[in-house]
Amino acid sequence: MSTATHKLLKGSTGDWEVVIGMEIHAQVTSNAKLFSGASTAFGGEPNSHVSLVDVAMPGMLPVINEECVRQAVRTGLGLNAKINLRSVFDRKNYFYPDLPQGYQISQYQSPVVGEGEVIIDLDGGKTATIGIERLHLEQDPGKMLHDRSPSLSYIDFNRSGVALMEIVSKPDIRDAEQAKAYVTKLRSIMRYLGTCDGDMEKGSLRADVNVSVRRPGAPLGTRCEIKNMNSIAFIGQAIEYEARRQIEILEDGGEIEQETRRFDPNKGETRSMRSKEEAHDYRYFPDPDLLPLEFSQDFVDALKAKLPELPDQKKARFVADFGLSAYDASVLVAERESALFYETVLDKLASRARDGKMAANWVINELFGRLNKEGRDITASPVDAAQLAAIIDLIGEGTISGKIAKDLFEIVWQEGGDPRALVESRGMKQVTDLSAIEKVVDDIIAANPDKAAQVKDKPQSLGWFVGQVMKASGGKANPQSVNDLLKSKLGV
Amino acid sequence: MTDLTSLTLAEARKGLAAKTFTSLELTDAHLSAIEAARVLNAFVMETPDRARDMAKAVDAKIAKGEGGPLAGIPLGIKDLFATKGVRTTACSKILGNFVPTYESTVTSQLWRDGAVMLGKLNNDEFAMGSANETSCFGPVGNPWRREGSNTTLVPGGSSGGSASAVAALLCMGATATDTGGSIRQPAAFTATVGIKPTYGRCSRWGIVAFASSLDQAGPIARSVRDAAMLLRSMAGHDPKDTTSVDIPVPDYEAAIGKSVKGMKIGIPREYRLDGMPAEIEKLWSEGAALLKAAGAELVEVSLPHTKYALPAYYIVAPAEASSNLARYDGVRYGLREQGKTIIELYENTRAEGFGAEVRRRVMIGTYVLSAGYYDAYYLRAQKVRTLIKKDFEDCFAKGVDAILTPATPSAAFGIGEKGGADPVEMYLNDIFTVTVNMAGLPGIAVPAGKDAQGLPLGLQLIGRPFDEETLFSLGEVIEQAAGRFTPARWW
Repeated sequence: MSTATHKLLKGSTGDWEVVIGMEIHAQVTSNAKLFSGASTAFGGEPNSHVSLVDVAMPGMLPVINEECVRQAVRTGLGLNAKINLRSVFDRKNYFYPDLPQGYQISQYQSPVVGEGEVIIDLDGGKTATIGIERLHLEQDPGKMLHDRSPSLSYIDFNRSGVALMEIVSKPDIRDAEQAKAYVTKLRSIMRYLGTCDGDMEKGSLRADVNVSVRRPGAPLGTRCEIKNMNSIAFIGQAIEYEARRQIEILEDGGEIEQETRRFDPNKGETRSMRSKEEAHDYRYFPDPDLLPLEFSQDFVDALKAKLPELPDQKKARFVADFGLSAYDASVLVAERESALFYETVLDKLASRARDGKMAANWVINELFGRLNKEGRDITASPVDAAQLAAIIDLIGEGTISGKIAKDLFEIVWQEGGDPRALVESRGMKQVTDLSAIEKVVDDIIAANPDKAAQVKDKPQSLGWFVGQVMKASGGKANPQSVNDLLKSKLGV
Repeated sequence: MTDLTSLTLAEARKGLAAKTFTSLELTDAHLSAIEAARVLNAFVMETPDRARDMAKAVDAKIAKGEGGPLAGIPLGIKDLFATKGVRTTACSKILGNFVPTYESTVTSQLWRDGAVMLGKLNNDEFAMGSANETSCFGPVGNPWRREGSNTTLVPGGSSGGSASAVAALLCMGATATDTGGSIRQPAAFTATVGIKPTYGRCSRWGIVAFASSLDQAGPIARSVRDAAMLLRSMAGHDPKDTTSVDIPVPDYEAAIGKSVKGMKIGIPREYRLDGMPAEIEKLWSEGAALLKAAGAELVEVSLPHTKYALPAYYIVAPAEASSNLARYDGVRYGLREQGKTIIELYENTRAEGFGAEVRRRVMIGTYVLSAGYYDAYYLRAQKVRTLIKKDFEDCFAKGVDAILTPATPSAAFGIGEKGGADPVEMYLNDIFTVTVNMAGLPGIAVPAGKDAQGLPLGLQLIGRPFDEETLFSLGEVIEQAAGRFTPARWW
């Protein structure tokens, strides 16, 4: 494992360093909203999951949903962050039709989770550490619907009051790759924890990206915030574009205006939404309807004791126990489902000590390769963990060769079935009977006397003989035995 | 049967239990009184059909011996309480004809215990006012007049409708709310008994919010015992209000008549204001003397931060109000004044829907929470609040059981007489009562005498947190000594 160095951007007047900080809004996985009992189910008829509290009827009061607090604490623990035993809910005041109370209940000065860090996985098994500034709980607003009438806007309050975790990074991210890796890793951690489903298409995970540029080593430049990004690929594109835009302005002698921008994925560019002068004065103050959020260290410890193994821990274990490369291990643990699949394969192997590493290669290269090619998800793999484990057992015990195993994998993928039975019924077993192999070897040598004579001078042509023997045996001959026999017969 | 409206709640309870009269008769008597007193403008919504239906239902229960502690008692409800199926407006135009689909926790507990709803009572718009002059339904008349004068006086505010209706014998008791004195000041102006319980004693769920950290519901009643009976039904923990406190509700009535011998009564020197009318001063000393005569011990105490209470209150309360009232935006319910843009819709709706005093407080509140002013105003006011609270804690730590003060710096005044040029003149009405809200303590106002013009004056007793019982015991001592006061009927 090595720590990454980030790339600098070349301008016409020299190198520039990009500085990125992110605010991720992650919808808390919970049955009910943050301060009301209404359902959080996605995709209901507009205004079908709305309580009196969610639309701010007169005299309605918020009551904290403890499950949302537990989810925030779990997430904080997953980010190796400080958990604040006392935090405060504040009102963020502004007018917008999708905000029924006229304020959003959020946490301003005292968030439930403080500083932490995330290790991100980069190309070639490299890593970088990104600091977490804080995590706080807040309400999601409703959703404006502008397409139902030419003259009127409608509002769907189903989302109104759903719990969000806002996770704020330190400005530790240095390029688009790191930014993408950061979102990917956060999403992975939350999926392992079951605290956010990370579904960006449904808006469960959104990012505001702060971008500035500076000369390497110089103080921080003025930043622009790109709002509401809902795709990891777009985050990368937006950063690339925005950094270039800022560099061009600075190199032309201009100044960066602090502003909020929006990314247009069709044009691949960012556009100004509002300037700093138009920024709201949110008039934060502690919400008098809610007592400070207080819990004990025991409450935190109990949650900590029940945390699942997280990707970094799993990765370290895979490297230590099965000798996987850091890269392979990080590929396997990137998604909870992939790791689960690999671990199920391990569970079913006859000898995980012998074949654990081979299993990783098979999952990554054969299985993931094939799934990617067909655009399938691991959960929809036609070859299940037990079948893959059986194929690997057959290789490991020497019943089939790696090459035959690939054919077998293809058969199982297409037709299903028990790999061991298939090997029997289709005669795919490796030939280990030395006399049978010897006969084929003798036949090939006899048929090619010229080449046999050359081998002594050109040892590399031995490979040709191996290929011929394997071909003649239908790939079933044990390659090691073929090699040994050829060497002794040809006197190499 | 003609005198049913003059009974106290406790007396009516006896009569109902003894089947001397029915709830329907008692209810009808009050409905007639309401009809005859429309000039007072105490009710903004009369619900006679509902009242009779409720009364009949309770009568059937009483016949079976099943009635609750308030079975058959007709009450008025301040328009700040959401009442299911009955228009609730907080006396603001901005709520229009808003009809809640829900019932406030406090009123639902009254109905649970058998009370009957006569209608909704007038109040200052969103409870912002001390004279009930800011209501969109117009001012409320005080049943009391100066001797030899026909001038209509204010009943105080914001629970002016509640106080006026109880004093004029239009209902046997009323719900009210108190953010800075809105129960105690009108009670004092009308010779009724009003108690603001400890913050957290009554659920705020379903009560239109003014300033969430100060608002508390409480009763206005004809006697201390009546107030104790009503509070017992109104109080209690509610999981829907995080700030309500989960401790048992005592039988407050049991505190009535309990000896106050040996109780230490604090007389705070800071409440002796420059320019305070001599009559108020006299009333206060007389009140102290009669508690002493009942065996209580008087001690002079100091509440040094008292003078900062009113200014701090007029920062904290408007700040919270500016945020609480943001929901009245014309988008989902209530009044909507169209505009070309959403901003115009907001501006038109809120300019048309809010009265002058509400607009003033929303602007003050917005100002004190703004970037650059927050620390100087809001944060500092919160610090003052902490100091005020500590003043009381120090006082109670020295063994003081309750603190005796005047309820108001003056008797009732004429409609339009105060605050026209300077709103602070009106705000000064709450000078003795706001400290209690700032500290979250219970406070009771009890009628204690009359001024030279024949207008009632009240005394206030401030208690330890959740020690309303001591206030009832002491209040009843004053009541016994001072007697009950009933206005001469002129309407």
